[in-house]
Amino acid sequence: MLNSITIFPGIDKDGAREPFERVILRPREIYAIVGNTGSGKSRFISDIEQIADSDTVTKRRVVVDGALDNGSIAFLGQSMRFVLDCTVEEFIRLHQRCYNGDERIAGCTARSVLEAANSIASERLYPGALLGSLSGGQSRALMIAGISVISNSRVVLIDEIENAGIDKSRALELLMSRDKLVMIVTHDPHTALIADKRIVIRNGAVKNVLDTTETERESYARLDAAYRLITNMQFKLRNGEELC
Amino acid sequence: MEQKVIIFCGAASAGKTGVISRLTNSIRQSGETAALCKIDCLKTGDASLYDKLGFPYTIALSEDVCPDHFLVSNLQELINWGAGLNARYLLIETAGLCHRCSPATKHTISVCVIDATASLSAPEKLGPMLLTADIVAITKIDLVSQAEREIIAYNIRQLNPGATVVCADCVSGYGIAILWREILVMPAYTADADDRLRHTMPAAVCSYCIGERRIGVKYQQGVVKKIFADGGGLC
Ligand SMILES: Nc1nc2c(ncn2[C@@H]2O[C@H](COP(=O)(O)OP(=O)(O)OP(=O)(O)O)[C@@H](O)[C@H]2O)c(=O)[nH]1
Ligand SMILES: Nc1ncnc2c1ncn2[C@@H]1O[C@H](COP(=O)(O)OP(=O)(O)OP(=O)(O)O)[C@@H](O)[C@H]1O
Ligand SMILES: [Mg+2]
Ligand SMILES: [Mg+2]
Repeated sequence: MLNSITIFPGIDKDGAREPFERVILRPREIYAIVGNTGSGKSRFISDIEQIADSDTVTKRRVVVDGALDNGSIAFLGQSMRFVLDCTVEEFIRLHQRCYNGDERIAGCTARSVLEAANSIASERLYPGALLGSLSGGQSRALMIAGISVISNSRVVLIDEIENAGIDKSRALELLMSRDKLVMIVTHDPHTALIADKRIVIRNGAVKNVLDTTETERESYARLDAAYRLITNMQFKLRNGEELC
Repeated sequence: MEQKVIIFCGAASAGKTGVISRLTNSIRQSGETAALCKIDCLKTGDASLYDKLGFPYTIALSEDVCPDHFLVSNLQELINWGAGLNARYLLIETAGLCHRCSPATKHTISVCVIDATASLSAPEKLGPMLLTADIVAITKIDLVSQAEREIIAYNIRQLNPGATVVCADCVSGYGIAILWREILVMPAYTADADDRLRHTMPAAVCSYCIGERRIGVKYQQGVVKKIFADGGGLC
């Protein structure tokens, strides 16, 4: 059982100590990580994934209280490509083999991973396709399916889900569930307002941690309407239909 | 003085220099001393990289001799050279060409460096280099997905169940502290004990080509190329 993850301050890009005593992350909470391009958002969640021990550029220390399921933290990085030289199906089987003996995935088949991937990619993935030949969106979809169906960790770190050309809502549905600790790096207010808390990064440091307010929840409704409009138009755009 | 001798092997461009350069920071931060040696066949730009690391180093060129034979023919002298410099850690980077060889000996610490972005079959192609390693460092993990990293580590553990597998990203420095902690718990080099190769080398024309595994000039015959013209080894 995971109780919490605590982050102790490191240094910002100028070497100054980060302005907080500790940041405590708890299960069943969703955190959005926001900040300028290059501010250090990806580095922040990498520090958590790697359970940094003052051994990364930021000098942050991360302490896990309790046990992590199967010892790992699920991590969806910003990378949009696979590099392994095998087919999609071989890849899924190799990945499953790493979790052999884990009864939680005993019933999971290569087909179920592929189905999950196909439910978020707009263009189908085929089992015989070479991993390296997948498009950015298809690769992302397969990474998400693997995290959701195979690794199924209680801690999920997501680096920018929106720019992958995949179905964001469906992807988040697969990745998040209320019993998980979820951290999601985003530039998108709609995604950020799904979270309970926002961690703001500036110049390599955690600047502050904000709670999502009631007023913001109202903004979410407006953003959600806009999101639906945009995805609907996107669908038409991709299908070559008139945008109306 | 206790000395640890660490041999870094792995294919070309696997990240050996990257790992060594990061590790020298850990060594410095611990207030320890090191000497570095890069074995190569031909002159490369590596001198400028090693020059920045702030520890004494030597770039040893094997030229037309097999670089792994060359290393093992000079291992004792290198160890003496490091000891003469009062270096507690001797870090040796191999040329990483022939996958038939492993220059690891019983008393040295062998770190096999594997590029996470190389082929799935790359680890098994490394042969003795990987099979005899104490520690396997998977580099460039920043360039692969988590699932791929898990698959690569799993494959390596299947091939060499006894080795410690460390994932590293030499750009951010992640993993190097873990590697350093692993090295700290490894035994020091025991100079008086009979050190020997963990694996025989392929056939060629020196004593080691015909199966010699003992270290030291008195066991060496045939074409033996020496790094130090004066017979080497200050000590
Ligand atoms: N992204 C990334 N690049 C790396 C990493 N480690 C090494 N590199 C890059 O990979 C290339 C080769 O790394 P080296 O450390 O020189 O490899 P090597 O094994 O010493 O190579 P040789 O000595 O020439 O055989 C360089 O361009 C490095 O910057 C890493 O962890 N991540
Ligand atoms: N505290 C720090 N000290 C030094 N370097 C840092 C620090 N935090 C982050 N960096 C470095 O700054 C660079 C940019 O950081 P990062 O990739 O995390 O940005 P980002 O916020 O994710 O940007 P983007 O929105 O473009 O993805 C990286 O090289 C990272 O290692
Ligand atoms: Mg980023
Ligand atoms: Mg090198």
